[in-house]
Amino acid sequence: MSEELGFTLDGRRIPFQDGQTVMAAALAAGVYIPHLCFNPDFAPHGSCRVCLVKVNGRFQASCTTPAASGLTVQSETEELRNIRRGILQMLFVEGNHVCPACEKSGACQLQAVAYYVGMLNPHFSHFYPRRPVDASHAEAVIDFNRCILCELCVRASRDVDGKNIFAVQGRGIQAHLVVNTPSGKLGATHFSIHDKAAQVCPTGAILTKHQGYNVPIGQRLYDRKPINVVGDVAQLPESKGGRRHD
Amino acid sequence: MSTLETAAHPERLCRVAIDPLSRVEGHGKVTLLTDRDHHIRQARLHIVEFRGFEKFIQGRPYWEVPVAVQRLCGICPVSHNLAAAKAVDQLVGAPEIPPTAEKIRRLMHYGQTLQSHAVHFFHLASPDFLFDFDDPTAHRNIGGVMADYPDIARQGVRLRKYGQEVIRVTAGKRIHGTGTVPGGVNKSLTVQERNYLLTDLDLLIQWGRNIVKLVKQAYALNPGYFTHFATIRTNYLSLIGADGALDLYHGGLRARNERGEILFDHLDYRRYSQVLREQVKPWSYMKFPFINSLGPEQGWYRVGPLARINNCDRIATPLAEEERREFMALGEGQPVHVTLAYHWARMIELLHAAEAIRELLLDPDIFGDELVARGEMTREGVGVIEAPRGTLFHHYRINEDGLIEKANLIVSTTNNNQAMNESIRQVAEHYLDGKELSEPLLNQIEVAVRAYDPCLSCATHALGKMPLIVELVEEESGAVVDCLVRDADGTFHSSY
Ligand code: SF4
Ligand code: FES
Repeated sequence: MSEELGFTLDGRRIPFQDGQTVMAAALAAGVYIPHLCFNPDFAPHGSCRVCLVKVNGRFQASCTTPAASGLTVQSETEELRNIRRGILQMLFVEGNHVCPACEKSGACQLQAVAYYVGMLNPHFSHFYPRRPVDASHAEAVIDFNRCILCELCVRASRDVDGKNIFAVQGRGIQAHLVVNTPSGKLGATHFSIHDKAAQVCPTGAILTKHQGYNVPIGQRLYDRKPINVVGDVAQLPESKGGRRHD
Repeated sequence: MSTLETAAHPERLCRVAIDPLSRVEGHGKVTLLTDRDHHIRQARLHIVEFRGFEKFIQGRPYWEVPVAVQRLCGICPVSHNLAAAKAVDQLVGAPEIPPTAEKIRRLMHYGQTLQSHAVHFFHLASPDFLFDFDDPTAHRNIGGVMADYPDIARQGVRLRKYGQEVIRVTAGKRIHGTGTVPGGVNKSLTVQERNYLLTDLDLLIQWGRNIVKLVKQAYALNPGYFTHFATIRTNYLSLIGADGALDLYHGGLRARNERGEILFDHLDYRRYSQVLREQVKPWSYMKFPFINSLGPEQGWYRVGPLARINNCDRIATPLAEEERREFMALGEGQPVHVTLAYHWARMIELLHAAEAIRELLLDPDIFGDELVARGEMTREGVGVIEAPRGTLFHHYRINEDGLIEKANLIVSTTNNNQAMNESIRQVAEHYLDGKELSEPLLNQIEVAVRAYDPCLSCATHALGKMPLIVELVEEESGAVVDCLVRDADGTFHSSY
């Protein structure tokens, strides 16, 4: 075999295989690039823009950019950190992300990435949307206030569970997650908390009912180590992700 | 009820707009109405806090409510957490939770009581007890306490910190902890945590005794002032243990009238709405609860440390019980109505909380691993707890999906609403001199309000710094004849 393929990321050489994205190759090499809508089990979506890097001097989403030999990629720069922080701040004000009152706090990827990029306040003024909670399903609840439209549940339900339960409707600022039933209620679907779609949400939008805050503070996923060390909630066994506890 | 609260011909009285928008943020506002001879006809404490609690929580999943409600009150979040958790226990069909869970929650609650009472006394009230009344205002504050009584100030800080540590160990954090879950708690204690909390506890209990002594000494030095200042004869309401002992976490409702006769006893608090009603008054955002059988005029009552010590038959921990007996002697067989005795009763409770924490820490149940009970879901739950400031009611109804349909909260300060108004009126009658509002009058109003330790943002400021607006309104013309404002930095200005 000839020489291994590789590109540089913040001065470090990252090997890759043909067909891999910059993100996938970096994660495989143990280098963290912050991300929300990316999950290695699914085709990249490129919507959250948190994974923004500079490739040969141009801004690109690392989760959709194919790796290529000789690329020079920058990720941990002040400029990119500032942009990522701005994106996180916009995500926070667009929904209602009230960490102190959210069960997912401490094991939430949105919160963990926000910490990682050094977000300390929301900066922008809050939209305070009014979105009712859907608790019609016997086992799960959807709090649309916490949805960041990453479409991971959409992809998981369609591509893995074969149920096609979720969709995003509307465009731009009007975009919102819907449940594919005439009533729009999760209770009218065949959704199950054992579905892949129930395991992938990076925020506290899809949760198991009746649990409450069953993981003590100090033992939650990101209580001791940051996300670049721990990894994504969805990639961890349930026992570690701390979600189900029935 | 005093006739001063509502004057005979209100149409002729005031056009004092109680406009929350024009109200200076965080200021307590008092309106005094006088007749032509400068007699006080009405006294009203306007409170704009606590609106929207119930609305905010509507449509939210019930299981997140105990943690979510903590955000509604920065002053005693643990009390809201526990009252809501007790209501949620009923929703999940577990009115009885495992002994380990109940003891962990009790620990959390006594930790909160200890820290809350310590903050109130040392930071807000102690200058009143340590310094003479003619002491200069500039010195009569926590700074003065630190300068003249460094030991006492240090003890206050340590007691507060200890209470916070008990909360942290049981709830995970000092504020916005998440220890309670539906039907129980999410952790018990480890031996290390227990040992850590036991360190120095005996010393803290000793300090608790000293503080009670200090309050008693101050009282003995000036009994006339203490006995009469803002004092009103009232009914009392609190939870009571099944054996008649003081119980801050659980029990039935007991009410006594001003002579100390029992009005109702060991009443299942889920039936609170049968004995308590809330009156709405057009001039106040805060409701006025009263004992139904006595009606709104006679049925208002006091809650909090004074009510609890008056109400209980005994205290289960020995040092606090000794103090209770001495305290009750003051009433000569009747309840102690002295408003400033709230401070004394509060310190007896601080001592009790410290003793109770020690008992719990020595109980092996706190290491147990049966943390949660569950049963048949129900649609309605009522949780009641004795918060540091008094009886706190949380009442929830959920829909079939588990979302909150209706919530009703009666917070401790609301229970004391009428009583605070009465005490202010009493003070104003004594201290208002002629047509002009004076700084001493404002200070006295502050001392009266402070005794109740209300959970109002204005009441969290240090002594002499409670931001207050007092308006004097002439009955006949309805004209504001004087208005004195004190800001949070302690400076006065007349806005008349
Ligand atoms: S519910 Fe969760 S997984 Fe689905 S789109 Fe929203 S944030 Fe993504
Ligand atoms: S992770 Fe790449 S755009 Fe969301």
